[in-house]
Amino acid sequence: MRNPLSDKVTAIRPSGIRKFFDIVQEMDDAISLGVGEPDFDTPWHIRDEGIYSLEKGRTYYTSNAGLKELREEICRYMDRTQGLSYDPLHEVFVSVGGSEAIDLALRAMVNPGDEVLIPQPSYVSYEPCAILADAKPVIIELKGENDFRLKPEEILEKCTDRTKILVMPFPNNPTGAVMEPEDLEAVARVIREKDLYVISDEIYGELTYRGKHVSIASLPGMRERTIVIGGFSKAYAMTGWRLGYAVGPELILKQMIKIHQFAIMCAPTTSQYAGIEALRNGDDDVAMMREEYDRRRRLLLHEFQEMGLPCFEPFGAFYAFPSIRDTGMSSEEFATRLLKEERLAVVPGTAFGDCGEGYIRISYAYSMEDLKRALERLRRFLKKI
Amino acid sequence: MEQQELRKKLLQIVEKNSRIAIDELAVMLGVPEIDAAGALQSMEEEGIICGYHTMIDWSKTSIEAVSALIEVKVTPQRGMGFDTVAERIYKYPEVQSVYLMSGGFDLMVILEGKSLQEVAGFVSNKLSTMDSILSTATHFILKKYKDHGTILTKKYEDTRERVSP
Repeated sequence: MRNPLSDKVTAIRPSGIRKFFDIVQEMDDAISLGVGEPDFDTPWHIRDEGIYSLEKGRTYYTSNAGLKELREEICRYMDRTQGLSYDPLHEVFVSVGGSEAIDLALRAMVNPGDEVLIPQPSYVSYEPCAILADAKPVIIELKGENDFRLKPEEILEKCTDRTKILVMPFPNNPTGAVMEPEDLEAVARVIREKDLYVISDEIYGELTYRGKHVSIASLPGMRERTIVIGGFSKAYAMTGWRLGYAVGPELILKQMIKIHQFAIMCAPTTSQYAGIEALRNGDDDVAMMREEYDRRRRLLLHEFQEMGLPCFEPFGAFYAFPSIRDTGMSSEEFATRLLKEERLAVVPGTAFGDCGEGYIRISYAYSMEDLKRALERLRRFLKKI
Repeated sequence: MEQQELRKKLLQIVEKNSRIAIDELAVMLGVPEIDAAGALQSMEEEGIICGYHTMIDWSKTSIEAVSALIEVKVTPQRGMGFDTVAERIYKYPEVQSVYLMSGGFDLMVILEGKSLQEVAGFVSNKLSTMDSILSTATHFILKKYKDHGTILTKKYEDTRERVSP
């Protein structure tokens, strides 16, 4: 029989998280700081709108780009948070989570052999999606000494004639790093100079703890070369609803929507109705959750300090990325031993790129009680080794 | 942090968890311990913080307890309004809360008793015999689903996948 598989797909390395996930699954007594989603339930008024839409029989496809009302709300949101105006008819589309929009943006924009700059450590899907789009992923290794922010010279170092796109993964999963306005300006200058396009993954944009998130698209000359990806998963605790969006220039959005139309049809209708409610009446929920994450973040950093675990202060998302280099162990070794000996799951930094070596990702999307219980195990482990 | 802001944040936390330690509060809010302690103390002195209670679901214990909401209609007294009669009611230790209400009745009295008979006795002997009380309507609480923002009927369970990107 012939090999049924695509060489391109089989060549892609499976996610480093997957492997870890499989070990954890077999340990019933393990607790975790390894989760990449909020611990809050979706606010009830948002769930209620989803339920109500089902009761009313809103069980059909929506238009490919998504419900018009929802697209209008997304545009209003971009306007009120970033001062960016997008046309609800042509410059926005509703996706199945932010992940779909990442995939589509890459597929819509690259030609075979085009180079895509991907700063790492970062979310696991950029590199495989670039490969699937026949692009050549070029990794920029973010540095701990820069608090994992992207520097303009790091872009220039990796830029060639074939470089077309820069992925901007901030606020960052797994490091929690944010780009301050002056960092963005420095980067934007290089982007304009090198005529690059940007895919800015701003899924954690609502979760920043020192000043409001600034989208790179809001900088001069950047709107026309940036696809902003956002979503409901993190801000409104709606991961399971699979609802995200992309906004950007019509020229690009049109092609993204074309792929979406053939591959997906439309984002789940129930989720879209819930999404309208989230954007209209969800600001207080976001503020409440942000405040709660911030308290946990402070507690976590304080505990790290007490344990002697070095960690830069993360101002975004709900992760901290402490260095475990002093233990002499590799990230994977550390995480595996921590799991086996103390029954505590964290994600090794290498799951987010080779340059995550020497770090572990700790999520603080846990109740204060669970967080404290887990930190106690981490403390015990650090004392022992 | 501004004093008003600090006070608000402290109140939001201690309202849900009055047992939290001062040093932990200070870490969570990113303020010096002395500021957090000072703000709490002055709010106690000002009577903003009136007590630190424990929420108990008595129905899960073997101790018998009944609660009742009593709607009370009152003739207000000249010069004193409802305050005098409210005071006469709230002085009974079995009375948990007394609120002045807008709408169809005047005072809402929440009563905790050991048994139905005890509550009934209080209403007929003590409450309805007071001069200025016109009528009462007693409602017994059958089951508490949620109290003080806490859901009593089920425990939080983390159903997320334990590791995810």
